[in-house]
Amino acid sequence: MTAVVSQRPKPSGFRISKRVLPYVLSLPALLVCIGILIPFLTSVVYSFQRYRLSQPWARQFNWGDNYISFFTDPKFWNTLKVSLLYAGTTVVLELLLGLAIALLLQKRSTLNNFISIMLLMPLMTAPALAALMWKLMTNPGFGVLSYVASLIGLQDFRWASSPSTALFTVVLVDIWVYTPFIMILLLAGLRSLPTQPFEAAALDGVPRSFVFFRITLPMLTPYILTATLFRLLDSIQQFDIIYAMTQGGPGDTLTVFQVEAYLNFFQSTNVGRSAALMIILWAITYFLSNIFIKNWLRLRERARGQA
Amino acid sequence: MEHTSLLERILRGMALTLVVIFFMFPIVWIFMMSFQTNETILRIPPQLIFEPTLANYTALVTGKLMTAAGTLDIAFMRNLWNSVFLSVTSVAVSLLLGVPAAYAFARHKFRGSEDIAFTLLSFKFAPALLVLLPLTLYFQKLGLANTYVGLIWVYQLICLPLILWIVRGYFEDIPADIEYAYRIGGHSWFATFRKIALPLAGPGIAAAGLLAFIFAWNNFVFALVLASADKQPVTVGALAFITSSGIQYGQISAAIVLSITPTLALALYAQRYLVEGLSLGAVKG
Repeated sequence: MTAVVSQRPKPSGFRISKRVLPYVLSLPALLVCIGILIPFLTSVVYSFQRYRLSQPWARQFNWGDNYISFFTDPKFWNTLKVSLLYAGTTVVLELLLGLAIALLLQKRSTLNNFISIMLLMPLMTAPALAALMWKLMTNPGFGVLSYVASLIGLQDFRWASSPSTALFTVVLVDIWVYTPFIMILLLAGLRSLPTQPFEAAALDGVPRSFVFFRITLPMLTPYILTATLFRLLDSIQQFDIIYAMTQGGPGDTLTVFQVEAYLNFFQSTNVGRSAALMIILWAITYFLSNIFIKNWLRLRERARGQA
Repeated sequence: MEHTSLLERILRGMALTLVVIFFMFPIVWIFMMSFQTNETILRIPPQLIFEPTLANYTALVTGKLMTAAGTLDIAFMRNLWNSVFLSVTSVAVSLLLGVPAAYAFARHKFRGSEDIAFTLLSFKFAPALLVLLPLTLYFQKLGLANTYVGLIWVYQLICLPLILWIVRGYFEDIPADIEYAYRIGGHSWFATFRKIALPLAGPGIAAAGLLAFIFAWNNFVFALVLASADKQPVTVGALAFITSSGIQYGQISAAIVLSITPTLALALYAQRYLVEGLSLGAVKG
């Protein structure tokens, strides 16, 4: 009798711990949250200050001056233009290429599965190291790609060291690294689609272009949307590839937001301008990530349902 | 669907071959370069057939580089060790902090739980430098600048959201009834967590840990901003190496090969979980 009673948890102790327990368990995560929020708020404060590391005595609030000066600053417009151009080009090209490859690999076969696993390798390569690999291959002296370019008639093709081809080169590296990301997401999406609509279409002899545009594409849209937004969020903040490849150069050809902020902070030690740049980028990503999270949650619910 | 013509099969085959060449060539080429001496690398046109040499790897491992001008010290092994140490410790800390939190988020809906979870998630998508640049100034004041502790703390930004959201999904998949049954048997919540929830979510925790390791290993900007030479991981170290040793392309290739091998091997090992992990649980592989 007593043994049975002692095995039961005491109701009072149980109730208290149940209310406090989740907070105790998530406290470290909460602390990390606060740890992120403090530097974030500091950034906001910096962005409203005239603050140069080289002139700490002249540090004072100038309120919106950092932001207002952007309107007349051609360097800022260049940053905005290059960032949007980079993000737009990479995401569109990666989406098209990723979708095409996913369609090629759609059928489950040993070869297709093997290829899709192989294609993960660029994605698992650190982007900074991927940039170094491409830098070695595009070296004007001995780079194999420079040699290939000269074979197809492009003598003295300068890749990342010429302002006219630098963007093309870093976009190429981005495509190499991140196309597999879109590919595997869409491949998983394609393979999880219900088969009945396709069987019905095949039975009715519906043309394949019709099947693709009216059945496959609409059903795949949530996956395409999630993959695209995910990449867009990443791509507009690209730093690793561009910094490792050209450090924003030649000149200011590739000074995208994060590279420009980094150079502002460490080279011209203009903390205020650097912080204002980051706040603008943050506003863009915050807007995008809200749309993304909505889509992602919907897809996540669906994946839960399948399990 | 089954009526594929011969022409179509040939076109598909050609397209796939091109895809495989484009995505595999850089890795294969750098791998080949890492076994060549500088003379064969610099030869034009590039050679496919050469006498492989291990000299590049020996130079990296011993840390001594023989050049015409004399011996040069290379600290690449130090970078490799930093990468291993930083990634392993960061993931361990993240698992320790993140798994209980993920369990709390999955099992107990409490006030503010979704807010914390989403704040963590949204900062995963915020620009890294937004937080990093003020942190450099704070770290200098706190004495955390260029310390492993400071770096591991910042690496939580990469690992924690990943682990929290992936593991949470796995915990949610466990039917709560199993845990209730065990609780009714008179066991404490901790015993339930340890004996029931943890083992059932085990594969998910392992997958999240592996993925967090890969992301921590591949990170560049955190260490670039916060670490100086003796604490730098391979991603930053290789970049510094390329500028300091200038023309030693064989060694640089060997360094790149050594730096990317761990993540590639882990990815192949864990590829089953990659789709789910990369999409933070939005897509099942």
